[in-house]
Amino acid sequence: MIIGNNIKAIFKRELHGYFSTPVAYVFIVVFLFLTGIFSFYIGAFYERGQADLEPFFRFHPWLYLFLIPAIAMRLWSEERKTGTIELLMTLPVTVADAVLGKFLAAWCFTAIALGLTFPMWLTVNYLGEPDNAVILASYLGSLLMAGGYLAVGACVSALSKSQVIAFVISVVVCFLFILSGFPLVLDFFRGWAPQALVEAISSLSFLTHFDSIQKGVIDLRDLIYYLVFISFWLYANVAIVDSRKAA
Amino acid sequence: MTTESQTPAIEVEALDKRFGPIHAVRNVSFSVRRGEVLGFLGPNGAGKSTTMKMITGFLEPTSGAVRVNGHDVATDPVAVKAAIGYLPEGAPVYAEMTVSRFLDFVAEVRGLSGVGKQARIAEIVRQIRLESVVEQTVDTLSKGFKRRVGMAQALLHDPEVLIMDEPTDGLDPNQKHEVRSLIKAMAAEKAIVISTHILEEVDAVCTRAIIIAAGQLLFDGAPAELRAQSERGEYDDAFRKLTTQFYAREGTSDQS
Repeated sequence: MIIGNNIKAIFKRELHGYFSTPVAYVFIVVFLFLTGIFSFYIGAFYERGQADLEPFFRFHPWLYLFLIPAIAMRLWSEERKTGTIELLMTLPVTVADAVLGKFLAAWCFTAIALGLTFPMWLTVNYLGEPDNAVILASYLGSLLMAGGYLAVGACVSALSKSQVIAFVISVVVCFLFILSGFPLVLDFFRGWAPQALVEAISSLSFLTHFDSIQKGVIDLRDLIYYLVFISFWLYANVAIVDSRKAA
Repeated sequence: MTTESQTPAIEVEALDKRFGPIHAVRNVSFSVRRGEVLGFLGPNGAGKSTTMKMITGFLEPTSGAVRVNGHDVATDPVAVKAAIGYLPEGAPVYAEMTVSRFLDFVAEVRGLSGVGKQARIAEIVRQIRLESVVEQTVDTLSKGFKRRVGMAQALLHDPEVLIMDEPTDGLDPNQKHEVRSLIKAMAAEKAIVISTHILEEVDAVCTRAIIIAAGQLLFDGAPAELRAQSERGEYDDAFRKLTTQFYAREGTSDQS
């Protein structure tokens, strides 16, 4: 895919924007700290005695639930609050350029944060002989899942001038997409809804798709799920930004 | 004015904008040619900024059309935006960026690259006198410098059409003078629209003036004609006369 000049310029600006404020450093430190705590204490990384990173990846959906909306909330809210959106939208860029550039920058930033967890990988390789292919697949799955959360967060951020509101709504929406894979929720539907609907709801869940990738199985359906999911929310993002012109 | 026979750089046709119950701009039409500096006057809330936002493609009109260099903003917004340099009200600039990084970003989006980009940025920094602050972040700058960064951004691609929403608002007299000289220096080869509260500004830089109030066009003519509306030959008088007469006719005591 050839990425347009405009997307590249916006991407660069946004990515640099993360690092020119404390946001990036705070996020990365918190992310690394929490992944550590979760894998070693709650995930019982040592006690399990297994050379894999399952205790590390298992908590990613839950960490992302709060951390990713925090990255995404500024993408549009801040532009609207400070009025720079008028500057951006009167430059010769399309709305799609701006949406993609911003999303890719946030995603790239997440990839950097995720990449910085490499000491986990070094540790497990030092301690034993893990299946590195599975670990690589898990990283890919985690990154795709982060993209899903981000697409939701970016879209919601376009709805409000307030970053706090954007954050809260994003968390709630993402939480619904986690919940939809839970037996608790599915049992509620199983009583009366047709099987197809129950499966459809379950298949919408981040967890369902992340679990299989995390086991090292890269199923085309899981990849397609995340890509369609991201595309859908980005498309909605474009529609929302566009609709503001008429408001 | 050597280019008067050409099609106007900006054509605004029966422009109308409603925000829910508020009728912000009502059936406004005018055009601007290259070489003209159009002063956009009106009380606060008259619809000046809204009209400018519609010309620059930031807002969509409820009805009516805008063409810039023959491109319709509704069907070809990117071509319109490429032709325009725009200084929005309050000159918003990304606060966390340094001036040089910000100009670099705008230049890239404007399609400049490599040596040409660097040369153009250097030129505009010199022209707008930003040398002393290029490596500072925007949020550390004074109001005057922020405004100048906004101007630099609008002029970076040497646009044929320049639209500035209150370019001298909040500047000290020296800075106002500089901005006006800058506008005058560019006037010959561009079509320029500025909105202002300051009526002397019309005299200082404009070749034509438009007054709108409550979203309607009240006056469109040369500054001298505007002055002639008043017995004393003062802009303030003429402006007051036109707008108060209008509000009296409309039966609205205040601007809405």
